Amino acid sequence: MSDLTHLTIAAALDGLAAKKFSARELGEAHLGAMAKHKKLNAYITETPETALQQADASDKRRAAGKAGALDGIPLGIKDLFCTEGVLTTAGSHILDGFKPTYESTVTRNLFNAGAVMLGKLNLDEFAMGSSNKTSYYGSVVNPWKRTGDNTDLVPGGSSGGSAAAVAARIAMGATGTDTGGSIRQPAALTGTVGIKPTYGRCSRWGIVAFASSLDQAGPIARSVEDCAIMLGAMAGHDPKDSTSVEMAVPDFRRALTGDIRGLRIGIPREYRVNGMSAEIDALWAQGAEWLKVQGAELKEISLPHTKYALPTYYIIAPAEASSNLARYDGVRFGLRVPGNSLDEMYELTRAAGFGKEVKRRILIGTYVLSAGYYDAYYLQAQRVRALILKDFTEAFKDVDVILTPSTPSAAFGFHENEDDPVQMYLNDVFTVTVNLAGLPGISVPAGLDAKGLPLGLQLIGRAFDEETLLRTAGVLERCADFTALPAGV
Amino acid sequence: MSLDSKTVARIATLARIRVPETDLPGLAQELSGIMTWIEQLNEVDTRGVQPMSGVLARDMPRRADVVNDGGDPQKVLANAPEPAHGFFTVPKVIE
Amino acid sequence: MNDTAMVNDKNLIEGKTGMWEVVLGLEVHAQIISNSKLFSGAATNFGAEPNTQVSLVDAAFPGMLPVINEKCVEQAVKTGLGLNAQINLRSVFDRKNYFYADLPAGYQISQYLDPIVGKGTIILDLPGGEHRAVGITRLHLEQDAGKSLHDQHPSKTYVDLNRAGVALMEIVSEPDMRCSDEAAAYLKKLRSILRYLGTCDGNMDEGSMRCDVNVSVRRPGDALGTRCEIKNVNSIRYVAAAIEHEARRQIEILEEGGSIRQETRLWDPGKGVTRSMRSKEEAHDYRYFPDPDLLPLNLDPKWVESLKAGLPELPDAKRQRFIKEFGLSDYDAGVLVAERESAAFYEAAAKGRDAKLTANWITSELFGKLNAAGKDVTESPVSAEAIGELIGLISDNTISGRIAKDVFAEMFETGRAAGEIVEAKGLRQVLDTGAIDAEIDKIMAANADKVAEYRGGKDKLLGFFVGQVMKAMGGKANPAMLNERLKAKLAG
Ligand SMILES: [Mg+2]
Ligand SMILES: [Zn+2]
Repeated sequence: MSDLTHLTIAAALDGLAAKKFSARELGEAHLGAMAKHKKLNAYITETPETALQQADASDKRRAAGKAGALDGIPLGIKDLFCTEGVLTTAGSHILDGFKPTYESTVTRNLFNAGAVMLGKLNLDEFAMGSSNKTSYYGSVVNPWKRTGDNTDLVPGGSSGGSAAAVAARIAMGATGTDTGGSIRQPAALTGTVGIKPTYGRCSRWGIVAFASSLDQAGPIARSVEDCAIMLGAMAGHDPKDSTSVEMAVPDFRRALTGDIRGLRIGIPREYRVNGMSAEIDALWAQGAEWLKVQGAELKEISLPHTKYALPTYYIIAPAEASSNLARYDGVRFGLRVPGNSLDEMYELTRAAGFGKEVKRRILIGTYVLSAGYYDAYYLQAQRVRALILKDFTEAFKDVDVILTPSTPSAAFGFHENEDDPVQMYLNDVFTVTVNLAGLPGISVPAGLDAKGLPLGLQLIGRAFDEETLLRTAGVLERCADFTALPAGV
Repeated sequence: MSLDSKTVARIATLARIRVPETDLPGLAQELSGIMTWIEQLNEVDTRGVQPMSGVLARDMPRRADVVNDGGDPQKVLANAPEPAHGFFTVPKVIE
Repeated sequence: MNDTAMVNDKNLIEGKTGMWEVVLGLEVHAQIISNSKLFSGAATNFGAEPNTQVSLVDAAFPGMLPVINEKCVEQAVKTGLGLNAQINLRSVFDRKNYFYADLPAGYQISQYLDPIVGKGTIILDLPGGEHRAVGITRLHLEQDAGKSLHDQHPSKTYVDLNRAGVALMEIVSEPDMRCSDEAAAYLKKLRSILRYLGTCDGNMDEGSMRCDVNVSVRRPGDALGTRCEIKNVNSIRYVAAAIEHEARRQIEILEEGGSIRQETRLWDPGKGVTRSMRSKEEAHDYRYFPDPDLLPLNLDPKWVESLKAGLPELPDAKRQRFIKEFGLSDYDAGVLVAERESAAFYEAAAKGRDAKLTANWITSELFGKLNAAGKDVTESPVSAEAIGELIGLISDNTISGRIAKDVFAEMFETGRAAGEIVEAKGLRQVLDTGAIDAEIDKIMAANADKVAEYRGGKDKLLGFFVGQVMKAMGGKANPAMLNERLKAKLAG
């Protein structure tokens, strides 16, 4: 039965439709695999009862001829999505015991499509991080190891639990969220596919907010097609989110025609950053070559403000976060540390409830918004953000899709570059521009480095043109033909 | 811009996060490092550029004025640390 | 207008070292009349059980998002139009960040740099019939906070979020007022306009209209002094008291060589003093920034025009019309238009009647009785039509004004119609000169001595004769006729 966990979502849907196996069998296979991979610490909360209940219900629906787009598919849910009656932690101590009385729109959409929930996936605390080391529930371990080296590696973050689970075959697909690269970077580091759709494509309602103007949900799965299927179910207009766009959801799966002839691919010269490894540079060139061979036209483009994207992000995201996280105050939900006064209770609760990185970002955000600094930092960042968007708008006059590396390096060890926050922030150097501009971006596994670790390439599309993006990604995937598996999976 | 301990203490108070006195210098140094890196933004000429607070250039959707929420205090209080008589509670505030 | 040119001696306060001028600006928080809250679908009714009108959005649960209520936008625009103010076709919602028990998100969604309504004007109707314009600086939309109850438990504050998220209009005036009378007139006029527009019920007891007062003092002609913001001044009576107290406090400090610290002070109605809210002062840095959960609010100019076209006639216009159309005094017109309901009542009563007489009857008799009974005009036991009928009976001489007062008292008591009471009690006035003459003769005969005195030059006795004859006739003699006949007969 264990090979059921190796199926893609598309193949599993075919198998279910052909009655080769039941949703219950599919669910049980995954629950079994989860038990074997506990050391990865991918799940914070496992929900086997829910999973089997949902699987049985799915089998009934299918028998009645009423199966949805994801009926019977076992998924992991990033623990940033509020799930009704199921502990939701955001990877933080401060949400101790929090069981939402509501279901996020994205998970509701997935369940309406018939998806089965295996559990809640670990993440960096409040989605702040690129290594999954900041979770209150402990780090997630990347199922991949360097060849001949047993050192545990990070899965990337913040959707590290999601990426690790999909790579380890303990979830067929998973939800992620991406504020600065939190879907694409872990996908790249685990040999999985992850897409951050256009800002406004998926509802943010019921997702614990990190930085509201940047946050966007998306899927991590093992193929571009699986991502297309999942995204189709997750996306859609939600009147409860003022930033959710009233726009029909295209049939993303049908966009995967495999034909990119005549498509213009932009290669941004500013992404050739200092210190980037020769391996990544070579992979990037290889990716471009693949697309060219498939009939696309390559064009060098310029995105001149690229180097300012990370510092811009590290003003805007912490500023919004400092405000978004003010609600964690020990009054209505989560942790409360008693105090003799209201302020003392606030201060003690928040000191105990938030981890180091979250506190750091709240303090930076508070600082850049405070009197006397707002103009110099926050307003300047907003202006640079406008310039970054303008760079893309200009570029997309000449090209249809942009190709870049996903990350500056492969997965790294837990104790590598850990003391310098700025070094850690550089992980998102290729992904963060996309969030600032609100564009869709996808990471596709494209090869292994010399140490046997997966590397990804990123494609960036026009706003609300996920179809072209997925079509190109599908071709890239076919050319790369990434079939490697992590050891022990 | 380097942040001193006093500034860190002030923003920590604004953010309602208790920081032990002894941690302030280290934190100040760490945050200063980040801010110094961030300050490369000053190089960018942004004269005449409109600040951008979001990517969506469209009208804000509006709700009709109907009551379709609330009415379920249990739901609201279900996760409260110390509810009492239908209220949330906090340490007594003296105004 | 030049600031110093407005100095009016009668407003100055005398200190130990000379005269002082008080400078006042008001910030009014007016709860918008709407079914649901500004950013959630929870109800807005006053006085519900705790936390029963709370959505997860109002309680700021993780992942909850605001969606704006179109009605609240409309109400704010209407109010702006009613204040003759600039409507900003693009406005922005910001977060005002601070921690407090009744502010669940840790920020209030408000408007800071780009409010929905800009500069406007309000005309004060001052005692003595004077009118004066006061500038409106701005009106912005924001969320109300919840309520903290400090007296329910020895060591805890209880928090009820029913009010959290209700739409507020914060209406800020220019520092254009110079005495507590003007501040009171401002509040009354603003409340009247809001009620006419149906955008706020103006109920200060229930907190649907709340007032903060900015007070500073200066020597006449000097630049503006440092101001203090007095919070929690929640009745028109307290506004006057708080201003008097605060102005005196500041003058005392300045006269003793001190200086005023800009601060927020709390009005304590129990003690009749303002006191410093030092706790609130220390760490305030609201870190306003545009709310990333919302988009800028763009208004269609055609829609604004249509709202403007649909506005009701407002008190100032109505007062002018009443003066012009009905010949009322400025004062009477002002009294009648203060509430939309009383103006409507008046217009209904005056239809086809003597308009000035109707105005007199309503402002004196009806309002007097309603006041004594603690009722407002909508609860009047005498309908507008019934008063109209009574006015008709006076105008066509069926009854005298004097008798009419008795009739009205009975109408107010019993709700019976005027004509019915007049007939049942036989109160029609006597217009027959013969009958009047006969009574005059009788009285003159019985008071021959007084007749002689009158004829000897004691004119004042006319009143005595009028009273005697009226009394004998049960008050029903037509007063004009009686006067005329009596004068003729006494003249001999
Ligand atoms: Mg104010
Ligand atoms: Zn306000």
